[in-house]
Amino acid sequence: MSAALAPASAFTRARHKVVDVFTSPKSGPVLVTAVLFVLIFLAGSLRYRGFFSGQVLLNLLIDNSYLIVLAIGMSFVILTGGIDLSVGAVVALSTIIAARLLQAGWNPVAVIAVILVATSTLGLLVGLMIHIFKVQPFIATLAAMFLARGLCYIIAKESISIDHPFFVAMANLRIPLGFGLSVSPSVVVALVALAIGAWVLQYTRFGRTTYAIGGGEQSGMLMGLPTSRTKVLVYVISGFCSGLAGVLYAFYTLSGYALTAVGTELDAIAAVVIGGTLLSGGYGFVVGSALGVLVLGLIQTIITFEGTLSSWWTKIFIGALLLVFIILQKVLTSRRT
Amino acid sequence: MPDSVKAPVPTQAPVVEMTDISISFPGVKALDGVDFRMFPGEVHSLMGENGAGKSTLIKALTGVYSVDSGLIRLGGEHVTFSEPAQAQAAGISTVYQEVNLLGNLTVAENVLLGREPRRFGGIDWRAMRRRAAEILEGLSLDVDPNSLLNSHSLAVQQLVAIARAIDIKAKVLILDEPTSSLDLEEVAELFRVIRSLKESGVAILFVSHFLDQVYEISDRLTVLRNGQLVGEYLTPELLRIDLVQAMIGKELATLDDLENKVHSGERDVAPTDGVAPFLVASGITRKGAIAPVDLVIGAGEVVGLAGLLGSGRTEVARLIGGVDRTDGGQLEVQGATIKLRTPRQAIKHRIAYSSENRRAEGIVDELSVRDNVILALQADRGWFRPIPRKRQDELAASYIEALNIKTPSADTPVRNLSGGNQQKVLLARWLAIAPRLLILDEPTRGIDVGAKAEIQKLVYSLAENGMSVLFISAELEEVLRLSNRIVVLRDRQKVADLLNDGLDVDDLLALIAEGVTEPEPVTGAAS
Amino acid sequence: MKQYVGRAFTHRLFWPVAMLVALLAINVIAVPGFLVITVNAQGHLFGSVIDIVRNGAPTLIIAVGMTLVIATRGIDLSVGSVCAIAGAVACSIILGSPNPDDPVVVGIAVLAAIGLSLLMGLWNGFLVAVLGIQPIIATLILMTAGRGIAMLITEGNILTVESAPFKFLGSGFLLGIPVATIIGAVIITVAALLTRRTALGLLIESVGINPEASRQAGVRARGLLFTVYAFCAVLAAIAGLILTSNQTAADANNTGLFIELDAILAVVLGGTSLNGGRYSLAGTLVGALVIQTLVTTVYTVGIPPIATMVFKAAVVTAVCLLQSETTTAAFARWRRRSVARKPVTEAVVSQ
Repeated sequence: MSAALAPASAFTRARHKVVDVFTSPKSGPVLVTAVLFVLIFLAGSLRYRGFFSGQVLLNLLIDNSYLIVLAIGMSFVILTGGIDLSVGAVVALSTIIAARLLQAGWNPVAVIAVILVATSTLGLLVGLMIHIFKVQPFIATLAAMFLARGLCYIIAKESISIDHPFFVAMANLRIPLGFGLSVSPSVVVALVALAIGAWVLQYTRFGRTTYAIGGGEQSGMLMGLPTSRTKVLVYVISGFCSGLAGVLYAFYTLSGYALTAVGTELDAIAAVVIGGTLLSGGYGFVVGSALGVLVLGLIQTIITFEGTLSSWWTKIFIGALLLVFIILQKVLTSRRT
Repeated sequence: MPDSVKAPVPTQAPVVEMTDISISFPGVKALDGVDFRMFPGEVHSLMGENGAGKSTLIKALTGVYSVDSGLIRLGGEHVTFSEPAQAQAAGISTVYQEVNLLGNLTVAENVLLGREPRRFGGIDWRAMRRRAAEILEGLSLDVDPNSLLNSHSLAVQQLVAIARAIDIKAKVLILDEPTSSLDLEEVAELFRVIRSLKESGVAILFVSHFLDQVYEISDRLTVLRNGQLVGEYLTPELLRIDLVQAMIGKELATLDDLENKVHSGERDVAPTDGVAPFLVASGITRKGAIAPVDLVIGAGEVVGLAGLLGSGRTEVARLIGGVDRTDGGQLEVQGATIKLRTPRQAIKHRIAYSSENRRAEGIVDELSVRDNVILALQADRGWFRPIPRKRQDELAASYIEALNIKTPSADTPVRNLSGGNQQKVLLARWLAIAPRLLILDEPTRGIDVGAKAEIQKLVYSLAENGMSVLFISAELEEVLRLSNRIVVLRDRQKVADLLNDGLDVDDLLALIAEGVTEPEPVTGAAS
Repeated sequence: MKQYVGRAFTHRLFWPVAMLVALLAINVIAVPGFLVITVNAQGHLFGSVIDIVRNGAPTLIIAVGMTLVIATRGIDLSVGSVCAIAGAVACSIILGSPNPDDPVVVGIAVLAAIGLSLLMGLWNGFLVAVLGIQPIIATLILMTAGRGIAMLITEGNILTVESAPFKFLGSGFLLGIPVATIIGAVIITVAALLTRRTALGLLIESVGINPEASRQAGVRARGLLFTVYAFCAVLAAIAGLILTSNQTAADANNTGLFIELDAILAVVLGGTSLNGGRYSLAGTLVGALVIQTLVTTVYTVGIPPIATMVFKAAVVTAVCLLQSETTTAAFARWRRRSVARKPVTEAVVSQ
């Protein structure tokens, strides 16, 4: 290459690189989501007074920390090409276990441990059902959803409020970040979970096998990857995350209720898809899913700020966004094959 | 025909020795007492047509199938593999025809996943990229190890698969049709890699449909046919024509028998000069499948397509049947230019394509014999104009009788029938739409002799009644017996178009093997 | 005899029917008069069995459409939302008219609801057949957005209607039989006739079993997919109208909530594989009855009704595990082994 051409070609190369990154099925959708998030935030800031502030952003995290944790677990499952319909019910079950055990005078740490073990075990059972009995994830997690909701009702029909000092403290505590900004402890938990999830997916063989299953289970197996174990484990992770999300939700609402978090599984799935994870598996990042949660939260915030715009527009917007992202994924993946 | 092992025994001990291997599947004996061996530092080609047992043998060696009987020795030691991972651990790596890698992961991961370098308890991406880059460089492959695998061409993916296989430090490398999607330069590149591996003492099992490539790269050949060993040969000592003959074979024992069954009287496949063409294909082509081909099929004419598997015979048939779209060229039916985008449009022009892949593309296995017979006819009529049940029963009953389909009843799911009877059901489906041109792609493969004879007889009588037939078969005798005219394909090109006038198997073998016409004149049908 | 028993065991409806019989038996044991049907003062049939066939009608109706969608290797998650939309449309039209008791108004409302749902179905069909999006994902969009659309129509309110003709749909009686039951029976009959008397059923199954072979045989999958998704949405609308009429209110949030899951469950219980192919409307009928009987059983046996969900989970799990390949293979192995041992057992028996 001659020196005279170098600047021009460097520019074109950079441009090609940008085009490549945006049209890759791996990074394209998540970048689009990031751009979308910034655009919506800027649009909101231009339109509403008091919107452009750090605390509005942090409130997104505070209000949606449990959903971020749910979306992390859901990402693992969806990356393998599966789906987990049980997460909403498991969140409700967790809140109700928490409320009932605290009522019975248990130590909060023991309560949280019981919840996490129980929900992980439920995930394990679902994973085994899917792996050993070849039941479709859709049906197996549906059964788990029924089971979890049913157990909720059996434990307590009515809403139980939580007044244990530890939970109350977790609900009210704000960790100051300076400049008058603060976050709740739940946000810290969610961000730690996010970091762990991202690390596991990127830096462990288990994580890469999760992607491998979504890309082609047969190929992964022929390459000698532990596909069977991984396939079961992703449901355990989703169960664990649902339990953790349930604990955060209990911090947030300070109550346990059987009918709570109905339809949350849809929010989690929508967040994962909008965050750029392919629903058929193989592509996506947990960070994208968290970004997806924030986009959903931002839409909700805008609708609140708008005041005149009724809340049901949220669902329509989410549906429209889902449509856009699904078509985007379709286009990006079909271009490659 | 040489049935004994001709090759001299080399001084070295074989690295792979498979003795008296048999594998059966329900209804089929896929391998029947086959012996096979490979020596270190040689390229060994495994040859055979569809159903010969090549892939079964490979899968037995790589632990995908377990053997019913027989011994496998690796480096002199008796081994049994119950899963691919074990074979891999023992030093046998395989690059399958369909690249079995993960398109959604990076090139580096595809080379190294499972043996990835680690640091601080996690994958060391930088080291992984570096290592992958080194390996790829060793293959002179200039790809970014950090790019997604599916952003590369199939050829590159193939080489990445080989890079992975090499890194495993294989003693035996199996390449199952590695060249089927490569262009000439890429093949040269691949061969360079194979040669350097060979020099380092790896035994390479090479499977390809391209005879030129087999002769160029391999030192030794093993030929299988119908699940049995035909022989092992040193490549330079085996004439191409003998190789083709060994692969295709002459079923001497059954030949006379068939002859009697097909033609009760004198055979009469006189060349049909000057018949009005039903279909004229000019330069039809599809990228990566078939070079531009001209083909004329007269009304009431049987045109045979001869060539080895992968020669383009099926690809031509699929273009004419509307199953695949053409990238160029033109089709005319009875003088009018037509465009075929779907099989449905072909059917509207009364062109029926009966797939070679009976299970995957032919029968609808859970449905009954009757439903399978009426399917194409019903699809053509549309769902709101059902064929009356009485008519369905008549159709099914008449074809069951006419084609001698052995089934307990018309209600039996077609999956319960034997292969030959499934094939007849498929034929009945196409006959039911009264096609003007019937394309039969290997209709007699893998079915018993009786059914074979009946199908041949049927083709013969259909043509008598004015139907055009494009007939594809790996068995040259069959093609010769039935066709008025024979088109020979080789390496995705048409190499001859001959009137079936005094041709014999040896003439066809010569054309298929060498692609040059010997004494026979090449005559286009139009001339 | 043994042969017949063996065949009954392998029949695809064996497990669902067995489950239905078992549930009914439990009920009869718990409440001896469970199967008794009486005629009340208005000449209406009355009894637990009647409750089952009336309350199970909406699930059955949707399950019929779902069966056909599933037979094409698809799934429709949006039926619950379509229920809500249909109810919302009908109620807002009836409320908007000066005379809600006019049968013509109700007729227009019903037709408008069905018409809008038809569009929804075509939209699903478009995403699946034309854009080639996986059905579970394609219908997820409408599942999410649909509740919002329903709320848009009701403007976020619960629309309570007082309209005699509309109420008739959900809780009326005709010749002593609940109207909902009659609608359900008519729909499953029409669906059976429509698919089995025309070639629709054959072509749907063919596409579901082997799409490529069907394409080569000239079957137009695209038209079929549009048809089944549209049909499913229309049935969802009808079910939604019955539910709304029964509650005399359109509740955008809760009408038909989770009904897609019950409907899919009914289909799977009835032996139609989620992988598509051969379907059985009779099986779906049994499946829907099992679900509704289960709900009733929980009441009659005196288990707190809130535990229904746990029982549903148990039933889903049990049937899925019994129908799974792994279990079938294990059964086959066991049978082969028992055949191998047969001479011994027969000798024992003959003694």
